[in-house]
Amino acid sequence: MMKYIIAIIQPHRLEEVKQALYDAEVNLMTVSEVLGHGRQMGIAEYYRGNKESGNLLRKIKLEIAVNDAFVEATVKAIVSGAQTGEVGDGKIFVLDLEATIRIRTGEKGSKAIG
Amino acid sequence: METVVAAVTPYVDFGNTAWMLMCAALVLLMTAPGLGLFYGGLVKRKNILSILMQSMVTLALVSVIWVTVGYSLAFGPGHGALAGFIGGLDWAFLKNVGMDVSPYYISQANARIPHLVFMIFQCMFAVITPALIIGAFAERMKFSAFVLFTIAWSLLVYAPIAHMVWSADGWLFKLGALDFAGGTVVHVNAGIAALVVAIMIGRRKDSKIAPPHNLVFTMVGAALLWFGWFGFNAGSGLAADGLAASAFVVTHIAAAMAALAWGALDWLFHRKPTMFGVATGAVAGLVAITPAAGFVDVTGALIIGAVVSLVCYVFVVFVKGFFKYDDALDAFGVHGIGGIWGAIATGLFATPVIQSAYKGFFFGNPDQLKVQLIAVGFTIVYSFILTAVIYKVVDLVIGMRVSEKEEAIGLDVSQHNERAYTLLE
Repeated sequence: MMKYIIAIIQPHRLEEVKQALYDAEVNLMTVSEVLGHGRQMGIAEYYRGNKESGNLLRKIKLEIAVNDAFVEATVKAIVSGAQTGEVGDGKIFVLDLEATIRIRTGEKGSKAIG
Repeated sequence: METVVAAVTPYVDFGNTAWMLMCAALVLLMTAPGLGLFYGGLVKRKNILSILMQSMVTLALVSVIWVTVGYSLAFGPGHGALAGFIGGLDWAFLKNVGMDVSPYYISQANARIPHLVFMIFQCMFAVITPALIIGAFAERMKFSAFVLFTIAWSLLVYAPIAHMVWSADGWLFKLGALDFAGGTVVHVNAGIAALVVAIMIGRRKDSKIAPPHNLVFTMVGAALLWFGWFGFNAGSGLAADGLAASAFVVTHIAAAMAALAWGALDWLFHRKPTMFGVATGAVAGLVAITPAAGFVDVTGALIIGAVVSLVCYVFVVFVKGFFKYDDALDAFGVHGIGGIWGAIATGLFATPVIQSAYKGFFFGNPDQLKVQLIAVGFTIVYSFILTAVIYKVVDLVIGMRVSEKEEAIGLDVSQHNERAYTLLE
C-alpha cells in the first residue's frame, strides 16, 4: 500500500527538510514554490513607502510518494526539518495513493515507487 | 592709477576636458549597474536586490565622503612626516578645487583639465574600489554593518593608499611605483580586503554550490564593466592623446585574450567552455591590464591577458576549494590575484616604446620589478591589517552578520523589505 504525502513548509526551512529526508533515506520528491494563506503574518514588504497589500505568502510544497512502511519516517523527517515553533511552520497531508506507474519500464505499484 | 592684471592661469584644454568628463561617466557605469549586475546575477534570487542596493549605496555614500574629506585625504597636499602617507584637509569640501587648471597633477601636467574634472574622475575610482569587496561578503552581511564598514574603509584604507601611490607627495609614487589606472590602489587593495572579510565573516550557511540565479545579468554586467573600463584605463592618462589610444587598445586586447584563455581552461578542466567562464576571464583581463595600460604594448597585453586567466583560475577553482574560505563571488580570486599579477607584469613588460621614461624587467630595468613588488607588498600588508581592524570594530559595535534565519529568508526581504521577483502578480 502506498501514500502520497504533501507538505507545505517555510521556504527557508527547505534545506533542513531535504537533509532530514535524505537522512531518513527518502530521496525522491517533487518540490514547487507556491503561494499560500495561513494564519501567520509575513515580513511586510514596502514599495516606495507603500505597504504591499497582498496577503499570500511564499511557501514550498513538497510531494512525496512512499510505501506505507516509510510514512512515519517521512513525516517525522519533515517535521524535524521544518519545525521552528512559530506560526507558519506549515502542514503535512497524507493521502491514500491508488496507483504508481514508472514511465520508463511500465512497472506498477510498490516496485515503481522507489 | 594702478593697473589691475588678472593672474595668468593656464588655459583649460577643451578636448581633454570633454574626454575626461565622459571617462568619469564611463567609470560610474562600472559600479552601477556594471558590477551590480555582474555580482547580482551570481547570487541566489532572494539576494539580488541586496547586491544592487550595496552597489548603489556605495556609489552615493562614497561620493559624498569624497567631496567632503576623501578627495583631500587622498590627493590633497600632505603635511609634515605624514605627507608621504596621507593628504591634509586643505581641500576638504572642495575648498580651492575649482574650474581652473590644477597646479597639482599626478601625471600629465600638460593635460590642462580643470581641477574639478580630475576630482570627479577620481571620485568614480573611490566608489568602485569598496564596491568590489561586496563580492566577498555577499548574501550574509547586515546592511547597517555594510554602511559603517564602507565609510571606514574608504577613509582609512582607500584614501591613504591612493595618496601613497598616486599623489605627488606619496612615498610609493616617489619611489617610482607604476600604477597607471589602479591595479594596486583599486584591485590589490580591494582584493585583499575581500579575502580578509570573507575569512572573518565566515562561510555562508548554505555554501554548497548553488547555481547563479541569472547568468544573463552577469554577462550584461561583465560587458558594461568592459565598456566602462575604457574610461577607467584610457582616461587615466588624463588627456585625449596617443597614450589614451594605446591604453584603450591594450585594455581591449588583454580582456579579449583573457576571456579566450578562461574559456579554454574551462574546456580543458571541465570538458565544456562556459559563458560564465568567458565573462569572468574578460573581467580578470581588465583587472590585470589596469596598472599596465599606459606602459605596455599589444604583445605585453596578450601575455598579461593569457596569464591572468591561468592564475585566477587556479585560485578560484583550486586554492579557494582547498582552503575553504567563502569568497562568495571571487572578489579576491579575480581582483586581488589579477591585480597582483598586473602590478608585477607592469614591472616586467613596461616598454619604452609607449612612454620612453618607463622600462620594465624585459627592457633592461630589473629595478622596476623590485619597486612594483614593494608597492604590492606594502598594499597587501596595509589593506590586510586595516581591514581586519575595521571589521573587528564594526563587528563589536553592531555585528557584521545577519542572523541564520535572516540569511535563510534572504537579504532582500530581511534587510530591505522588498523582493526582485514576484511569483504571481
